[in-house]
Amino acid sequence: MKKIHWESVLMPLVGIALTLLAWQMISGRTVTRSLADGTVEEVRLGWVQDLPGPVQTWEKTRKYVVEPFAKREELDQGILRFTWYSLVIVAKGYAIALILGTPMGFLLGLSATFSKMFDPIIQVLRPVSPLAWMPLGVVLFANAGKSANELAALFTIAVCAMWPTVLNTAVGVRAIPQDYLNVARVLKLSRTQTLFRIMIPATLPYMFTGYRLSLGIAWLVIVAVEMLTGRIGIGNFLWNEYNNGLYTSIVLCIVTIGLVGFSLDRAMSLLERRFKGIL
Amino acid sequence: MSFLVLDRVSKGFGPPEARREVLRGVDLSVEQGEIVAIVGYSGAGKSTLLHLVSGLLGPDTGSVRLDGRTIEGPGPDRGVVFQNYSLLPWLTVAENIRLAVDSVFPGWTEAQRAEQVDRHIHLVNLTPARDRRPGELSGGMRQRVSVARALAMDPRILLLDEPLGALDALTRGTLQDEISRICRASGKTVVLITNDPDEGILMADRIIPLSAGPGATLGPSFPVVLDPTRDRRALNHDPRFKALRAEVVAWLMGPGARPAVSVSRKLILPDLEPEDLEIPRSLIGGRRRPRRRSEERRETVDLNP
Repeated sequence: MKKIHWESVLMPLVGIALTLLAWQMISGRTVTRSLADGTVEEVRLGWVQDLPGPVQTWEKTRKYVVEPFAKREELDQGILRFTWYSLVIVAKGYAIALILGTPMGFLLGLSATFSKMFDPIIQVLRPVSPLAWMPLGVVLFANAGKSANELAALFTIAVCAMWPTVLNTAVGVRAIPQDYLNVARVLKLSRTQTLFRIMIPATLPYMFTGYRLSLGIAWLVIVAVEMLTGRIGIGNFLWNEYNNGLYTSIVLCIVTIGLVGFSLDRAMSLLERRFKGIL
Repeated sequence: MSFLVLDRVSKGFGPPEARREVLRGVDLSVEQGEIVAIVGYSGAGKSTLLHLVSGLLGPDTGSVRLDGRTIEGPGPDRGVVFQNYSLLPWLTVAENIRLAVDSVFPGWTEAQRAEQVDRHIHLVNLTPARDRRPGELSGGMRQRVSVARALAMDPRILLLDEPLGALDALTRGTLQDEISRICRASGKTVVLITNDPDEGILMADRIIPLSAGPGATLGPSFPVVLDPTRDRRALNHDPRFKALRAEVVAWLMGPGARPAVSVSRKLILPDLEPEDLEIPRSLIGGRRRPRRRSEERRETVDLNP
């Protein structure tokens, strides 16, 4: 059993506490005051008047948190239920990204010609924002009827999240030591055998680095996609609450999106480290 | 006719205008069951010579024949033990050997293959480590796995490419004895590449020096006339051992030495000023090194003065 350093647990907690404190101090608070004519007026005071503080956020949004899977109405559901909707669509789009991206990376890594042909295009498409892909996706799948929104969302997630997988896989394939390939040649392994028994295992650590980065991007994209398409999910919830002027919910959504993204990244990096450990 | 024949073999690398000839007019014949050591300078082309036999490289001129047939490409009839082990790190010891057995003996039953794997792991005394991965083994153990893998393919000839080059002196000594014993017990034809004349004398029946490159060629062959047990402690005082070593070294230092040449090369000196990131870099592929022409210098070095 590895010894747990108390500092590695305590220090993040101290950091969280300090951040909450600073947040509370700069955020605004609602004060009721009685006017001379007997009416009561509510005003916001504080440094950043419209920013809800942590206490206020907790009070206003606790119904979403304490019943995270509740479904009261279409637009009034527990926060984890919204998150779940988003995760499902992210998983689908991410799967498409990996299924397309991995072979594409292998082709780029294996063939210098292919790489010279398509590398510039990839470099141009890679930095395009999801906000730019989304309308194209909507147009492309406009005739798909009921599932048009879903297809547009999947298209956007896949096309944005694919690139780290493509590029890392390509780098990994190019980095396969010549020694391993010599072994394959001496053993007279067939092309398929060389691919599955030598090349894919040797590339796995790079592929998983790509997969981790792709997952991060897929999760980033989902919020934008839901805002634009109106699909039910955490990004859509955030947008609705903004339109309703409920700023506490926005804060809750930001925290949730961050925590989920962090957990996904951690889970992937555990997987990644397992494969790195072998090589 | 000999078992393995290299006939006027030449091999060079690089584009036609800047070709570097590594081997020139190499003749070699090895009899069946013989253990031949090829000793030479680092970078002389010893590994190139071995790769010509393994088929990983093809000769530019001349021919390489095994048992009368010209070698066209790599194949499992020539077991190679690579310099840096070349074990697949994601497979265990047994799986590494199993991969070779599976691809060489597709017609065998499961039991036959498992037996072949186990027998060869036992042969190199690694039975306790059979389920460990190469990363968990010492250099000497890895090289033993590599030898076991090559032998498990039941090759007609065993090619050892500086098998002990990366090991410390003591491990090297033990492993020399062990590999020597295994090779002799197997009765296989062996070509051993080494940069250590002592190692060659200790392990081989015949030792052939390779002259320094470029355009390296093989020298005369020196038969090793020592008792086959070759106890290394006794050997150090054996006059025949000393005489043989002196002869081989004398050839390598004399006729086989590198001719005095001067080489002119381009140097890129480090820049003390920070790099200008505005300078565009090569768009496609290309090396990501900014052009700094001002730092290029030419330098002429005399080799072997």
